[in-house]
Parts: sequence; C-alpha cells; structure tokens
Amino acid sequence: MKPFTQHTGIVVPLDRPNVDTDAIIPKQFLKSIKRSGFGPNLFDEWRYLDRGEPGMDNSKRPLNADFVLNQARYKGASILLARENFGCGSSREHAPWALEDFGFRAIIAPSYADIFYNNCFKNGVLPIVLDAAIVGELFAETVAQPGYRLTVDLQAQKVTTPGGKEYGFAVDAFRKHCLLNGLDDIGLTLQHVDAIRAYELKRRAEAPWLFKA
Amino acid sequence: MAGKTLYDKLWDAHVVRSDADGTALLYIDRHLVHEVTSPQAFEGLRIASRPVWRVDSVLATPDHNIPTDGRAQGIADPVSRLQVETLDQNCQAFGLTEFGMHDIRQGIVHVIGPEQGATLPGMTVVCGDSHTSTHGAFGALAFGIGTSEVEHVLATQCLIQKKSRAMLVRVNGALGPGVTAKDVVLAIIGRIGTAGGTGYAIEFGGAAIQGLSVEGRMTVCNMAIEAGARAGMVAVDQKTIDYFQGRPYAPTGEMWQRAVAAWRELHSDADATFDRVVELDGASIAPQVTWGTSPEMVAPIMARVPDPDQEDNAVKREGMRAALKYMGLEANTPIAQIDIDKVFIGSCTNSRIEDLRAAAAVIKGRRVAKNIKLAMVVPGSGLVKQQAEKEGLDKVFADAGFEWREPGCSMCLAMNADRLEPGERCASTSNRNFEGRQGTGGRTHLVSPAMAAAAAIAGHFVDVRNF
Repeated sequence: MKPFTQHTGIVVPLDRPNVDTDAIIPKQFLKSIKRSGFGPNLFDEWRYLDRGEPGMDNSKRPLNADFVLNQARYKGASILLARENFGCGSSREHAPWALEDFGFRAIIAPSYADIFYNNCFKNGVLPIVLDAAIVGELFAETVAQPGYRLTVDLQAQKVTTPGGKEYGFAVDAFRKHCLLNGLDDIGLTLQHVDAIRAYELKRRAEAPWLFKA
Repeated sequence: MAGKTLYDKLWDAHVVRSDADGTALLYIDRHLVHEVTSPQAFEGLRIASRPVWRVDSVLATPDHNIPTDGRAQGIADPVSRLQVETLDQNCQAFGLTEFGMHDIRQGIVHVIGPEQGATLPGMTVVCGDSHTSTHGAFGALAFGIGTSEVEHVLATQCLIQKKSRAMLVRVNGALGPGVTAKDVVLAIIGRIGTAGGTGYAIEFGGAAIQGLSVEGRMTVCNMAIEAGARAGMVAVDQKTIDYFQGRPYAPTGEMWQRAVAAWRELHSDADATFDRVVELDGASIAPQVTWGTSPEMVAPIMARVPDPDQEDNAVKREGMRAALKYMGLEANTPIAQIDIDKVFIGSCTNSRIEDLRAAAAVIKGRRVAKNIKLAMVVPGSGLVKQQAEKEGLDKVFADAGFEWREPGCSMCLAMNADRLEPGERCASTSNRNFEGRQGTGGRTHLVSPAMAAAAAIAGHFVDVRNF
C-alpha cells in the first residue's frame, strides 16, 4: 500500500448526501477480477451520458458536462469534498479502488458509512471527518475560488486552507500508523500467530461444534 | 456492574488479543465467499504465498452474477463467466467447499449459510458483502467486509476491529395483519435514517421482533446495513434453536445438547445498558413503500410522496429534489397511484420460502395487470426453489403470469442479465433503491413480498391489507 504522509491537491466538491458505492462504481464494473483500472468508471452514471459497460473505450464516450469531475477547473483534483454518509451501501472495495485509481488521495466529509471508511485505509486513501459546518465552509470556498487547494497532514492530523486556517481531525492510532508507513496489516496480524493458535485451542475445548471434527 | 448485551457476549467470546486503545484481533468462525469480492483476495494470497488459515471455516457459492434462466447453456457474458470460473478455480486450488452453479444447494450466500446450518448462533460470520448482517438473526455477530479483509480472514482467521457502540431497537406490541418484517425494518430505517446506525451494532428486540419467525428476523437484520449498522442481531430463543435442528452443518447428538445450552445464554442481560435505545410501536406500522433513492425515503402505503418544500434542512431538501427527479415523481402524489412496470420478488432480503408463500397467497387465482412488462420470482436457493415447487407455488406464480427463475442475486443489483431499462419502475422486495441499482436509469420502490405481489396484480401500489 502507498503510504500517506502529507498531501496538497485540488479539491472537487460533490454536493449531495448519502453518495452510495453503487454510484461510486456501478455493478457492471465489479465483474473484473483485478484490483486496478476502475478509475475511468468512477461515478460512471453521473460522469457519462451513455450507459457504460466493461471493455468500452471510455475516452470516446459522451461526457456529462454538468458533473463536477468533468469541469476544467477541477481537472487533476486529488481531494474529494463530500457530504454526510459518504460511501453507504455495498461493501465493494472497488469503490476506494476506483477513487484511488482516479487519483484521489483524501476525502473530506462530515460522516462515512463504516465499511467504506474502513476500506479506504486499506488502500492508501485517507477519509477525513470534519464537522458539517466546517465542511459547509469548505464547499463555499472551493466553489468561490478556482484552483482551490487544501493541504492534508496525517502526522499532524490537520487540514490547512489556502487562507491559512487549520482544522484538526481525529484518526485511529493504529490506522494512522499503518497508513503513514504503508503497512500490510496481514503481516502485522501474523506476528500474533501464537495468540491465534492459543485462542483456537481454548475455543475448541469450549465450543467444539464450531470446528469440523 | 451492569450486565452484558448480546453484542458484548459475542464480542468478548471472540477477542484473541487487544491493545490498550481497544483495537482487537477478533476471531472469525465462518467465512462466506462469493465470486465478486474474492478474486483479488485469492490473488493476494498467491502473491504473498500464504495458505488459507482454516479451510473448514469457508463456504463459497457464486450468486451475484450468475444467470437465472437457461443455466444449462452456461453463462453467456464472458466477463461474468470468467469471474464465476475464477471462484471455482480458487476454491479448488485452496481446497474450499463450494456449492457451484449446478449444485442444488447453490443460492444467495446469505440464504444458504443458515439453510445449511453453516451459520450458527454464537458465531462470528463475515463475508465480502454488506448484507452479511442477515446472519445476526440467529444471535451471531455477522458483518460485511471489503476484499482486503476477505484476504485478511483467509490468511489469519481474524480481523482487526474496534468495538462498535450498542443500540437497541425495540419494537413493542404486535404487528397488524398484512404487516411483515420488511415493513418493520423499512419503518425503522425511516425513523433513524440511513446513517442512524453508523458506528453501532444494533440489537432488535421487543415483542414484535420476538413474534417474527426466524426468516422474518433475517429480513430485519439483513437491512441493518441500510440503517448504517454493519451488524444487526436478535437474541436466541426456542424458534432459533428449532430452526437449526437437523441442518447439514449443525451439531448432532451430545454435541447438539452442549451447543443448545451455550446458545441459551445468547441474549442481553436484563440489566444490560445500551448507548442508544429506539422504540417503535409495532401496531402503528403500516405496509411501507420507498419513494426515493435512499431506503430512508420511505412512507406508509396510505401516504403521499413528500414535498421537498416542507423540508427545513437544505442538504436534505436538495437530496429529496434530486431523488424525485430521478424517480420521475411529483410531490404529493398518493403512493397508491404510482403505476409500475416490473416486479421483482427475490434477493437476500426476501427470497426464502416464507416470502414466496406470502406472495403466492396474494396472487393465487389472479393475473398480473396488463401494464406489467415483467414479473419475476427468483428463489434464494436451489433448496428453496425445490421446496416451493413441492408446495406448487411455482404453478401459482406461473398461472398468474410471473416468471419462475433459478436462484441468485438477480435484479437486486442487476449484475447479470436481469435488469431495469432506463425509466422503468419496479416494485422490488430487495434492499436498495439507489440510482441505477437495478439497471441504469431504473426506478426502484422497496416493498414486502406481499406488497410486491399485490402491486403486480393491481399494476400500481396498493394496500395489501384491503386487497
């Protein structure tokens, strides 16, 4: 996993609540058995005017000019500004894969759905929670100032605006450690092999029906 | 000291180790696997040369993108076919049990787990699918995970987790006639919102929940995720225990007695405390119909489509406007006047035998309305299908003009060929009414099986209680 330490990037505002993972990456693209290549189909139904299918040449498809990701001023955006309950619905990790593949490194929203939030950390994408009123201010500033950029510092746990305002955010210590260092958490868990074996022995004695004879 | 909640008991029994900040290594008893969220996990194992930690904990089946008709000819879509074949190959290579496409036991992963007794009370159950919350209906701790975590469980039998907060949703009293588990859970989501359960594990309790069948409780827990909660659960009672007796993976003999004794402890203690308690009156719940593009956008059948102008919160108001535009609905339209094009009875929410019986009871001796382009029934598993055919339900559906299909996820998410065309409106027993969920531009209204059946006959939504 790509480590995340500090990042400065263009912010794109996606102004609607309850954006679900079906919207982030529609189901037809979940047929892929790969982890990469989902970026061109990120927000497919909002981004294009036709119906997308796997294998299409996305560069030839008609774009929806109204959708923020297609607007020139947000070209190259790497920070997604979103509303409440972002990433609700399906557990598909294809959602953070698509966001990461498109080029997003961080998301800022008042709240996220639990599974999506968790999946982001496994893929080097930092989901930041800020108070709804602050997110509202950031929306206003992003729309008002073309080329608006934010700086996200994971070590210091703060977001800095072009005007120098700083907003602190909370992040779980273990997740922060993994993300800062790009750590594979399977490797970390396998450091506890003895504890897992010991648990299994105890559990097998207490509840043998949970283990095949 | 306060007593323990059911969630506390399940959590405590599965902690392998924990850190001072509460990060725990949680042991997983049952891992259900399907074709969509597993290929990259198996690939990860291969790249790192890691074996599957506990082969007997895994049960796999293809469900999301397999065809529901013409199955003898195989899968026409080459991309879908590759994904299903990849699951077959991975299960073979790693020595895992799989109910393949032509196995009578194949079906929606959340239907076959309990059906086989592969899900049991007291277990931790995970699957790369958000509707894994279904299995909490049996006093299990069950939740959906992403593909990285699928790989993590395959490799270590554990997950790194932090404990959620505990919520009790108590539905008091008795449900009225014609009101089902689906209406209860839609009413709950309408009350607390799609993010109301975020960060919580929800226990559903109260007389109305206790009064539900085990299958009804599965419907309620299934949609806990639609209220934002990764896990939903119901305490074990005699119905739970009776359900598992004699199932293929359930314990037998003396082991059964020991298991039952342990399962009887799987309820919240009388003095347990919850971080949040929500109460609903079961008697006041009417059959529900969603009108928007989020499951919280729901109303009783007697109501009208709400008016965004009456909403004070600006973000919510815009969300309602966008939803009505997408759904092609005018504010203040009576819900019972909304005409539909298609009817889908199926999904991990409502495709079990009781769901099919409830729908069949409504349509028996009647015909699907002329404006309905397609009405289909997709049983949750091969065994549900077999049972329904034994009871003659297939004939009741066929006589009414319904198509009777092979088991799978089908038009709940439209990964296979079953889908809505742009602008088509569907009465669906599934769990998500998101934009494009049942096909690009498709319009989904979530309802119970009985309400879907009644809508198929009437051609529009109708109160099944007066039908």
